[in-house]
Amino acid sequence: MPRKQAAKFTVPYLQILAPDGKVDAKLDPKLPDDTLLKLYRWMRLARALDERMLKLQRQGRLGTFPPCTGQEAVSIPAAMLMRDGDWFVGAFRELGGRLVRGEPLTATLDYYNGWEEGNILPDKNLRILPTSVVIGCQIEHAAGLAYASRFKGTDEVTVAFIGDGGTSEGGFHEGLNMAGVWKAPLVTIIQNNQWAISIPRGAQTASETLAQKGIAYGMPVIQVDGNDPLAVWVAVAEAMDRARKGDGPTLIEAVTYRLMMHTTADDPTKYRTEDEEKEAWAREPLVRTRAYLESRDLWDEAREKALLDELKDQVDQAVAEFETPKDRAPDEPFRHVYGTPHPVIEEQRREFLANLKGGEGRG
Amino acid sequence: MAKLNMIQAVNLALAEAMTQDETVLVMGQDVAVDGGVFRATEGLLDRFGPERVIDTPLAESGIVGSAVGMALAGLKPVAEMQFSGFSYMMMGQFEAHVTRLRSRTHGQLTLPMVIRMPYGGGVRALEHHSESREVLYAHQPGARVVIPSGPRNARALLLAAIDDPDPVVFMEPKHSYRAFREEVPEERETLPIGKARVVQEGTDLTLVSWGAMMRPALKAAATVEKERGASIEIIDLLTIAPLDHAAIAASVSKTGRCVVVQEAPRSYGPSSEITAVINDKAFWHLEAPVKRITGYDVVTPYFGREKTYLPSAEVVARGIVETLDV
Repeated sequence: MPRKQAAKFTVPYLQILAPDGKVDAKLDPKLPDDTLLKLYRWMRLARALDERMLKLQRQGRLGTFPPCTGQEAVSIPAAMLMRDGDWFVGAFRELGGRLVRGEPLTATLDYYNGWEEGNILPDKNLRILPTSVVIGCQIEHAAGLAYASRFKGTDEVTVAFIGDGGTSEGGFHEGLNMAGVWKAPLVTIIQNNQWAISIPRGAQTASETLAQKGIAYGMPVIQVDGNDPLAVWVAVAEAMDRARKGDGPTLIEAVTYRLMMHTTADDPTKYRTEDEEKEAWAREPLVRTRAYLESRDLWDEAREKALLDELKDQVDQAVAEFETPKDRAPDEPFRHVYGTPHPVIEEQRREFLANLKGGEGRG
Repeated sequence: MAKLNMIQAVNLALAEAMTQDETVLVMGQDVAVDGGVFRATEGLLDRFGPERVIDTPLAESGIVGSAVGMALAGLKPVAEMQFSGFSYMMMGQFEAHVTRLRSRTHGQLTLPMVIRMPYGGGVRALEHHSESREVLYAHQPGARVVIPSGPRNARALLLAAIDDPDPVVFMEPKHSYRAFREEVPEERETLPIGKARVVQEGTDLTLVSWGAMMRPALKAAATVEKERGASIEIIDLLTIAPLDHAAIAASVSKTGRCVVVQEAPRSYGPSSEITAVINDKAFWHLEAPVKRITGYDVVTPYFGREKTYLPSAEVVARGIVETLDV
């Protein structure tokens, strides 16, 4: 018997807005003016906060954090497409998306300055899961969240993020497989920023694309230019639409670049060249988004300056509030071990406070 | 002789082992080109090449699981978990295979492999980067869990771990990585795995600790000796599992008093086991209850509060005085 072809797959690619700001007129989703202006504002805010955080960290006013500069066009459009009731499941490089979904700037600052309070949101119904520092496991949580949405008969969607490195973890594969089997309303977005600390994308997996990994789990996939907010917008909108209609999960690979270090504790000069970084800066997302706005007569230098001033004030204000001394209970970690008090924890809490009170403290 | 910090000592041991035995290889995330996020494997790629210094994909279970295969086939992998907080992703491999293959095959299949991981708090790191969970490994029959406390014993124990025919979990207290330097002899030096070390002999009280807690323990002992004229015997466990019962029992039988200092949460930690061993083997010599100075049974606080969580020399000193006064 001759060999036959058992199956055939393709991985589509989408770019709408080129690095120079030229738009493909046929593919342009022609978003309303106010949507585009909001999109740009969020991207600028995320960049402004990220840059300020780096300064604060270098000045010893903030702890280690993973900068997101250059990746604004991935999580922001996705978060803007989400509705109340949808679940936002981040990894740790979705600063913009978190802000869009309602995480206060001060929460981000608190979290990266070593305070559990940074995980407290103004409203738990915002449905933003805490940062997933342990890589990959959030995709399994996302599969479960999506299953629950369908189980309850809602049209809620879960949007989950992971990095290129994370696609090597079992959690990514197990989560996507579950979602595929369950036809769960899950949109998973890989932020392929080319580097997992020092490991380049090419050494992370022998796969030609990361998107194709979704094909193995029976879901539609697409690779998009992750520095092109219009391409991300279109791909996520299509995926969400499918998910809301009950047509199951999608995997999106957003090809972007980690312009900064992995975290502020990392030194990229150990493993990549300045030339590579320079080339990547030429493709970053803000420049082309602004050029597109200008081409639609929505933007000019004066408006740019006004926006930057306004965002500087907003970040200044958040930093001032974050740095205002707070009366933080030292025994906070003892208060949430269980939902109900337990005598052993209570005994240890009293011992802890006595040790602090002893005047000598600990540490 | 050279004065090295602990990171340099680990690096030295790896280079020595790889020079002596070409089946030794190093694998993990960012261990090759980057030289490890703490620089423990710095320079090894240049010296030994990419076949022996492997930058792996990001997959802890994959790293340990494939190290099992390599070890079965006669290689000696030294696998790095970037932080102990991520090592639990490989717990299935560890419990079901790493610790059991020798027993299951009655010794036909053995695993000469080492799993290195930085652990513990005190470096203002992000969440999941500061835990002390040695007991999760120590609790598993067949596991050897080694925790050095300084540059010299780190180098000697790591060489011994790589020599060992069985798997060894080598937990490095990251708070001590660059905290101090020590003379490390030029000639090869090993320490026996499974043996505690009496750092200082004494007659009034036994102070037991390991890893990063050795420093506050030593400081506290010095303070109490000075202020009270007490004679304190200090034991550095060095190996958590299997535990050196004989060293603990001998010392406590002599002093009659014991304080254990542990960074990990209190319940079910090594200090619980040490207390039980004393109960079994030195009970009739006790003059006072065994005292535990430990972390608490709470999620390790983020770094804003970690200083209040970690046992300090002052709190240890107070515990010693209380125990002496019974």
